[in-house]
Amino acid sequence: MASLIETLTSPPYNWYIAYGIIVGIVFMGLQLMAAVMVYAERKVAAFMQQRYGPYLVGPKGLFQPIADIVKLFFKEELRPKAADAFLFSLAPIISVAAAYLAFAPIPFGAPTTFFGLLDDADAISLQVADVNVAVLVIFAVASMGVYGIVLAGWASNSKYSLLGGLRSSAQMISYELAYGIALATVVLMANSMSLREIVNAQEGYWYLFGSIPIPKWYIFPQLIGFFVFACAGVAETNRAPFDFPEAEQELVAGYHTEYSSMRFAMFFMAEYINMVTVSAVATNLYLGGWHGPFIPANYGWIWFVIKLGFLLFVYLWLRWTLPRFRYDQLMSFGWKVLLPLATVNLLATAAGVLYFGL
Amino acid sequence: MPIGHYLVLSGLLFSIGAAGVFLRRNLITLLMSVEIMLNAVNLTFVAFGRQFGEVDGQIITFFVMTVAAAEAAVGLALVIGLFRHRESLNPEAFTTLKW
Amino acid sequence: MASDALLFYVFAAVTVIGSLVVVSQRNPVYSLLSLVGAFFGLCGLYVLLEAPFLAVVQIIVYAGAIMVLFLFVVMVLNVPREDAAEWDRAHPLYRPMAVRVGGALAVLLALEFGWALSKTSGMSIGVADGKPAVSSVGELGRILFTDYMFAFEVTSILIIAAMVGAVVIARKRDE
Repeated sequence: MASLIETLTSPPYNWYIAYGIIVGIVFMGLQLMAAVMVYAERKVAAFMQQRYGPYLVGPKGLFQPIADIVKLFFKEELRPKAADAFLFSLAPIISVAAAYLAFAPIPFGAPTTFFGLLDDADAISLQVADVNVAVLVIFAVASMGVYGIVLAGWASNSKYSLLGGLRSSAQMISYELAYGIALATVVLMANSMSLREIVNAQEGYWYLFGSIPIPKWYIFPQLIGFFVFACAGVAETNRAPFDFPEAEQELVAGYHTEYSSMRFAMFFMAEYINMVTVSAVATNLYLGGWHGPFIPANYGWIWFVIKLGFLLFVYLWLRWTLPRFRYDQLMSFGWKVLLPLATVNLLATAAGVLYFGL
Repeated sequence: MPIGHYLVLSGLLFSIGAAGVFLRRNLITLLMSVEIMLNAVNLTFVAFGRQFGEVDGQIITFFVMTVAAAEAAVGLALVIGLFRHRESLNPEAFTTLKW
Repeated sequence: MASDALLFYVFAAVTVIGSLVVVSQRNPVYSLLSLVGAFFGLCGLYVLLEAPFLAVVQIIVYAGAIMVLFLFVVMVLNVPREDAAEWDRAHPLYRPMAVRVGGALAVLLALEFGWALSKTSGMSIGVADGKPAVSSVGELGRILFTDYMFAFEVTSILIIAAMVGAVVIARKRDE
């Protein structure tokens, strides 16, 4: 027994175990976040609307997500007869796969040795895939997410679904441009495409007027960029106020009208996980990732979770405060306001980096 | 990995794309076969670029991708225009010179 | 490395099978999806050739933008499956002349490639045997903006022309 532990904690097995732990944390963590978001959305919506929200299932309604999952599990799986069977089943799979995959290049903590499991020289960064073009990989996987929606709209063989699917995917690809330019602006400032290096470039403090410390996060020089990224991110995930294509009052339920039970659960989960991913990317790019005061660098993931939670709360806040955009207003905002704003921001940042060496 | 393997694969893809252009009776699938041919050429460029340690292979590939995107956009616009006129996507429906 | 060879064969198989399905499927949406699969295979091959930036750009541009455009057109035009009756006159010799000649030309092309490649020397030089790879994005950008500056600017004009052209051609006529 002791020799088994001895072999497991020496290379190369210790690396496998550490990596397995990271992958497990990411996978389970994302599902847990989806469940937490289900509960949080209903509670936050309720408190903003001066009512109680779920409070019957478990203390303060904490077991509500479990009840939801059990309900979805036992519902009947319907499929319209004229729907294309293969594509009908494939669409939610693509959505969920793209949602999970997008979280792979995102780091959520400083390099750690897992309490001495690994040697100090081999500290592993809390990231599933440390690629040096991480920013582009996130963008690529976001483009893949469009397929799930457009195929769902097509395969359902119903007018509402097709219209909803086409509108939703047109919205997503329009806002991808502003999203990409905001990403490019941050890459310009950090001089690297690897997310770990972008976060590490935000370490430290500036000293305003000589004594007031301001963290070196990119949100401060890039306020416009953050606004562009936030709008594009909310539009990418089809959340309010950009959720025209899936609003109940407009298009029944858009591309997931004909889906029920587990397939619907997959779309549902994919939407929440996309929200988590966009918030995580925004945290890493603009809010300094896992850097923050008062907590030693090793436990930086605590700050990451705090910032992530704050951004997710902003998502919920937006949904239950702002009315939704009409579709043509939405598209014209994306093309005529957000894209020029992002481009001008990029030019100004390029000039700033060149002349002031920011 | 010997360069020969990459060249054979690229030639095979090009032939499959060419077969698609000749054999398919649907304008959109025809355009897709053209995309396959362009990708085969991209693969050859990148393989040779890697062998000589130059970055030019990848740069030419960027330009090919850009031109392919522009060509796909205009090609699909033409397909839409043709479909509106003749309600068919079969290239054999457009054989008379009369519009 | 042996795993390199295995990965090459896996990605090559994905690409070839995807292309074959594109060429042979009747339903246009299925051809589209298998072409996306073929692009993923090509992405893997680019990563093996140590061009990671190009691999990701391939997914962003080809699989994520051009194929979505194709999918939109297929859905808006409600493209039907290819006429089954025509394909059921199954035997190739019964097909129209152009198709027969076309098919023969494609086979001839493949045979010519095979012959030319068999006569080429240096086919067994390893891809990774020579100089080291240049895969950094910074280097790529530097050369793109210095040596290939003119082509870059002309490409931007080309894209604008294509955009304007596509909008004008596909516009609904107000009659």
